[in-house]
Amino acid sequence: MSPETLLTCIVFLPAVWAIALVLFDAKAKEAMRYWGVLGTALTFALTIQLLAQFDSSKSGIQFKFDTPWIANWNVFFSLGVDGISLPLVVLTGFVCLLSMLASWSIEKNVKGYLILFLILETGMMGVFLSLDFFLFYVFWEVMLLPMYFLIGIWGGPRREYAAIKFFLYTLAGSVLMLIAMLMFYFNSDRSFDLLELARIAGGTSAGKSHVYGMSMQVAAFIMLFIGFAIKLPSFPFHTWLPDAHVEAPTPISMILAGVLLKMGGYGIIRIAFPLCPYGAQYAAYFLAALGVFSIIYGAFAAMAQTDFKRLVAYSSVSHMGYVLLGIAVWKIVDGKTVGREYWEMGLNAAMFQMIAHGISSTGMFFMVGVLYDRVHHRDINKFGGIAQVMPHYAGLAAVIFFAGLGLPGLCGFVGEVFSVLACWNFSPLLAIISASGVILTAGYILWTMQRVYLGPEYKGPHPEALVEMNSREMAIGYTLVAMAILFGVLPHLLFDPMHGSIQALTESLASSYEKLYGAIQTSQLP
Amino acid sequence: MDFEALFKQFLSGDVAQQASILRSLTIFLPELVLSCSIVLMLVARLISLDRIIPTHWFALLGGMGSFVIVLFQFWQFGESQTVPVEVFTGLAIHDEFSIFFRGFLTFFLVFVIALTVLTGIPDDEDAPDFYSLLTGAVIGMMLMSSANHLLMLFIGIEMASVPSYAMTGFLKGKRRSSEAALKFVVYGAGAAGVMLFGISLLTGILGTAQFSELAPRFQAVFVNHAGMQDPATRCVALALLMIAVGFAFKLSLVPFHFWCPDAFHGAPAEVGGFLSVGSKAAAFALLVRLTTSLAGDGTGALSQLSLSCGLGLGLIAIATTTFGNLAAYSQQNIKRMLAYSTIAHAGYMLMAVSALLVLQSVQSDLVFQGNHQENGPRAMEGLLYYLCVYLFMNLGAFAIVALIRNQTYSEEIDDYKGLAQQAPVLAICMAICMFSLVGIPPLGGFYGKAFIFASVYEATNVHWFMWIVLGAGGLNTVISLFYYLRVAKTMCIDTRPADAVPVTMVASSSPALYVMLVSGMVVFLGIIIDPLSKVALHAAHALF
Repeated sequence: MSPETLLTCIVFLPAVWAIALVLFDAKAKEAMRYWGVLGTALTFALTIQLLAQFDSSKSGIQFKFDTPWIANWNVFFSLGVDGISLPLVVLTGFVCLLSMLASWSIEKNVKGYLILFLILETGMMGVFLSLDFFLFYVFWEVMLLPMYFLIGIWGGPRREYAAIKFFLYTLAGSVLMLIAMLMFYFNSDRSFDLLELARIAGGTSAGKSHVYGMSMQVAAFIMLFIGFAIKLPSFPFHTWLPDAHVEAPTPISMILAGVLLKMGGYGIIRIAFPLCPYGAQYAAYFLAALGVFSIIYGAFAAMAQTDFKRLVAYSSVSHMGYVLLGIAVWKIVDGKTVGREYWEMGLNAAMFQMIAHGISSTGMFFMVGVLYDRVHHRDINKFGGIAQVMPHYAGLAAVIFFAGLGLPGLCGFVGEVFSVLACWNFSPLLAIISASGVILTAGYILWTMQRVYLGPEYKGPHPEALVEMNSREMAIGYTLVAMAILFGVLPHLLFDPMHGSIQALTESLASSYEKLYGAIQTSQLP
Repeated sequence: MDFEALFKQFLSGDVAQQASILRSLTIFLPELVLSCSIVLMLVARLISLDRIIPTHWFALLGGMGSFVIVLFQFWQFGESQTVPVEVFTGLAIHDEFSIFFRGFLTFFLVFVIALTVLTGIPDDEDAPDFYSLLTGAVIGMMLMSSANHLLMLFIGIEMASVPSYAMTGFLKGKRRSSEAALKFVVYGAGAAGVMLFGISLLTGILGTAQFSELAPRFQAVFVNHAGMQDPATRCVALALLMIAVGFAFKLSLVPFHFWCPDAFHGAPAEVGGFLSVGSKAAAFALLVRLTTSLAGDGTGALSQLSLSCGLGLGLIAIATTTFGNLAAYSQQNIKRMLAYSTIAHAGYMLMAVSALLVLQSVQSDLVFQGNHQENGPRAMEGLLYYLCVYLFMNLGAFAIVALIRNQTYSEEIDDYKGLAQQAPVLAICMAICMFSLVGIPPLGGFYGKAFIFASVYEATNVHWFMWIVLGAGGLNTVISLFYYLRVAKTMCIDTRPADAVPVTMVASSSPALYVMLVSGMVVFLGIIIDPLSKVALHAAHALF
């Protein structure tokens, strides 16, 4: 299959599948579910095919193609993939397949659920693959509506509140992103091409001598960062997350944690940093500090929860702090990037952490969902002794939770340790604080495991419902455990495709900042 | 001039760029077809023909015929002639812009007639009255969009307004409807009077009422005048302010919006839909025509005039969007809510006009990199795209309101609870319209808004105030989410109370197909943007 067709199919196959669902009879629930699984499985297969065709020895964008979309406004339908987006695309395919398999617990209006689910997948794939800012924005918003309804219709008791909160936060961020997008558009002679915009920022664009001014870069970076930090989520903008996670049905929680949060990190790496190197450097220390604060804050908040799902949600805030930290450790002295290889390590760690968190938190939400489906409550204090009645389940859950904890040999470890290491070069103080976050993480996860799985006997409601996982759930659990171990033992599987692109990114950012710094020194840019 | 000379002029025309009367009449054909359909409808009732052929067929055929002729003119304009011509000795103008709007309005007329047929709001007895009022209002709006003379401006506005008053009060037995119509009339008459005064002041000072002459005359009169100390300047400012009152009334801009919620609440939903789209579009066409001809080439005194008009409109736009959105938030009645939403949307669209004028004021300066000649048409393209999407999303919303009213006799938002369970088609289409009104991609509403914001952003290079306009636009988008989402939430998420009146809507019935078509167009315009955007830009170029 030609790369163009492949990329287009990855993006639109789920949407086509969703349209075909309209033809199904509303009562044929099983048939529709299998149809949905088929669609996500095919999409996942296509992403694997993309992985196979991808040449990881090259840096930069591969398979890029442009088709005019809105010719008057220079908007192109432009897709492409590089080492940064490829792992996330595969992750999206993977998580969607798993959560589709976990959707058997949805009984109400299955047709609508599946249609929205598949449209959501199209939106997510589009965000990771689009290389045109406008197109990126459109896909970014395409995710919004399905997510709103998925939480709002199939969610828990406070679903309406959670859904509107999610919607409102994201929309506010998007409006800021829209304004930043217009800034770049008009300062680049009407271009939305992300690669071209990044080239202009770096001063390496053919035929364009000017770069973006300092104040514009700072303003644009702040707006973009807020937009992405809401999705990440980072400390002051995270409050939608616990609500959305708690109220969302299990499969949607899996997608939220597994894929949606990665949009924030991806947006920062793909857009905010390359387009405004000056703004990024200007805010680097603040970002790193914010990341560290999120780690500690999320861990403490998680420790205080009694709702199992809320605990996992706050652990996401904590874990995504490492992503922000890893991205931000860009140390500059006198216009020169110091220890660029450490920053590269930080970015690698951030990317790895995103994938690892995609596996571990998807797993944690799934494990919580398995329990919830049986006993219909999530109060940690009423659990205990689960390992006695569901030993198989408890074993799998333990591995997943240890992966989240960051146990060496499992996927969570690599990302955390590398971002802390990279931070040492940037600021030893922040490195020490963030490292201590690992202890807190260990604290709340071990304590939770003790309260939920260990103990003599389950005394909460519905003890009779505690039966071992069925084969479908078992398949999901084992897959996640296998991935967690695989990436923990062989992290280079992930680092290899990413490495080239991240190296190129840091090099170009360092040189563009250097250029800009030189220009500032000589002739005070506007 | 003796008869022979007059007849010769009738046949050939002898003024440059002006069409002869005969040619004017050919260009005027779409309006003539509509007029004929009105006459036919009234005559048909006299001879009881309407018992055999329902009246709406006359109206529908008239609308369609007129639309086809406009399409033909559009095609002809691209083929053979490219220069705008003044028709009827300069009273009106025929260019791509007027063709665009006449096409828009006749197309809209066909859709509204189709809707009224489906919902059956005028019964057989009243149908000729209703449809002749509707068609008459559309003729007035078409005149507005091609006006080239201050007199024509006034005639157009009045011709569009008077039938609207009558249609608002069309539900004769209902007190609320009559009250709404009365409010509308009193307000409208007041605004028209003020506007007429303004027109006469302006004509008096500039010595002309021809749009194309306004800018040169202004240039000539004010070549040495500066500042507000000069009585002539103050007089012009007053005249413009008074004319602005008339427009503010038509566009329901703050602080002249009070009639809008009451009129929409009292009028049938179909009429509300018609007024909210048709009269808005025509008034915007007219406003753009007047302001661009006043701004002229943006040199000398015109630059100052254009900038102050632009900033003034920007201020009104901020007030209008903010007020409309905040007031819509607490509404319980869906028609009132949609009325406030209409007000808010008029504010967004006004931002485009404001940006256009601000950009025009520096047309001769070289403050931009790149081709700044394109800026004005771009702002207009945004407005035209917005209007086209607005046609579908607002009409869709009002159509669904009317269809639900026909079954539940209620227009309260609370009575829409859980409609998705009984009539999923209506709920989904309503959700599409609502989200498009918020401006969420990939629905059409987003693109119009994004294009307008882009022009406003471009205008920030000229004046800092436009940053505030842009910020207000962005903030309002977020605020507006609340109340649009509430409708979608009520319909799709809540559960239908057991004692609620059941609503049925088979997906293959013609009303369902109608709403699916309209909301399908909203989605279509959100995915395939190129063709309409090109047509809109082409039409916008005619103005510059």
